[in-house]
Amino acid sequence: MSALVTIVYYAMTAFVAVLLIWNFIKGRKWQEEILTLIVLIPFLLRILRLK
Amino acid sequence: MIQTRKALIAFIGAVLVVCAGKSFYESRHLKEPVVAGPGVTRVRKLSEFFRGIKGSANDANVYVLEGKKPGGSILLLGGSHPEEPAGRLATWVLTENAVSEQGRVFILNSANRSATTVTRLGGAYPPDFTIKTPWGGQKFRMGDRWSNPLDQWPDPEVYVHYPTRQELAYVDVRNLNRAWPGRPNGTLTERTCYALIKLIEAEKIDIVIDLHEAELQYPVISAIVAHQKGADLAAMASMMISGSEGFTIGVEYSPEVLRGLSHREIGDHTAAISLLLEAPEPFLDATRGRTDRELLLTGKDPFVVRAGKRGLLFERIDEKGWPIDVRVGRHTSAILQILEVWSGERPERGVVLTGVPRYAEVIEKGVGAFLRDPAQADKKALFFE
Repeated sequence: MSALVTIVYYAMTAFVAVLLIWNFIKGRKWQEEILTLIVLIPFLLRILRLK
Repeated sequence: MIQTRKALIAFIGAVLVVCAGKSFYESRHLKEPVVAGPGVTRVRKLSEFFRGIKGSANDANVYVLEGKKPGGSILLLGGSHPEEPAGRLATWVLTENAVSEQGRVFILNSANRSATTVTRLGGAYPPDFTIKTPWGGQKFRMGDRWSNPLDQWPDPEVYVHYPTRQELAYVDVRNLNRAWPGRPNGTLTERTCYALIKLIEAEKIDIVIDLHEAELQYPVISAIVAHQKGADLAAMASMMISGSEGFTIGVEYSPEVLRGLSHREIGDHTAAISLLLEAPEPFLDATRGRTDRELLLTGKDPFVVRAGKRGLLFERIDEKGWPIDVRVGRHTSAILQILEVWSGERPERGVVLTGVPRYAEVIEKGVGAFLRDPAQADKKALFFE
């Protein structure tokens, strides 16, 4: 059960990370791009299992 | 223009990811050398006692010191809570210096090794600390109270202790000192406790001593916490320590209603006497100031001192703080006194150690004086935590 929850958790993390990267690419304002980047960092670290 | 800007921002982000990731990776994978001292006759793995933790983060080294004269057996647990470093350092000092003249000593420097690989999430703890030695210094992982979520996850809404079904705080599902006696098919933390119980049974351990530190705002501090089977032993050791070692230590009786703790469950579920030692660690106090290496090693904090002046503490503190040498020395002397009292009462099950520095000597020379240089060590005697 824990393994299943973990897999779902990482899948959700990766999904949100992809959305943030998409937002970053499509963004027009530099302030929004920096904000997106700051939000993205912990998601990337979590996917890489760095904690 | 926009593409250049995005590339620049992305580059800065990548630098931040690499810097943070490097710090986290090094914190989790820092190798801590242990030079097995002249008394270490064997080094075993905890998984030899229970295969269910083989290959896990908690398959810890078990250093065995065997005396020529037969006697009893004791188990010393350092690192049940790695954020209480005096416990780990005391076991390090014993592993690298102690010689058993009678009986056997089993030592774990990292009882919950997983918890040594992470720090308090959101706590801004330092990732490591360095003990000065005559040959430079030795770096240790800072560690946390709980197993690393990378090794045991997710946490439940409420932690239901096995086998009593007592409800405890959710995060304590990863607390080694709330998971005793453990179970073979449980979480990593429960399986670690189960492996330790199997060790205690297989090696006919007489006494288990679990080494801890506590915040000064916690009432159970500067004390030997004893299961009822060890109450007399703890009381006598407390008197001997207070009379001859240069510091005082009290006795607290293990409450029967609070489950999962080593001093309760080991005594209840095995033939061993279970004792837990608490030394003062201002680093853990909620009213502390900056949480850095300096505070960890010196135990000096003006905010905790102020709390003491307002009568909010259960242990004294002044501007001298509670240095790591004092805290480690309290543990080594307490262990020696417990063994001396035990060996006097039960000579046929005695455990006699030599080569272990006492409280005054650790303070005089510093704990680093009792750590061996891994660069000068025989490769066969070199191990890593």
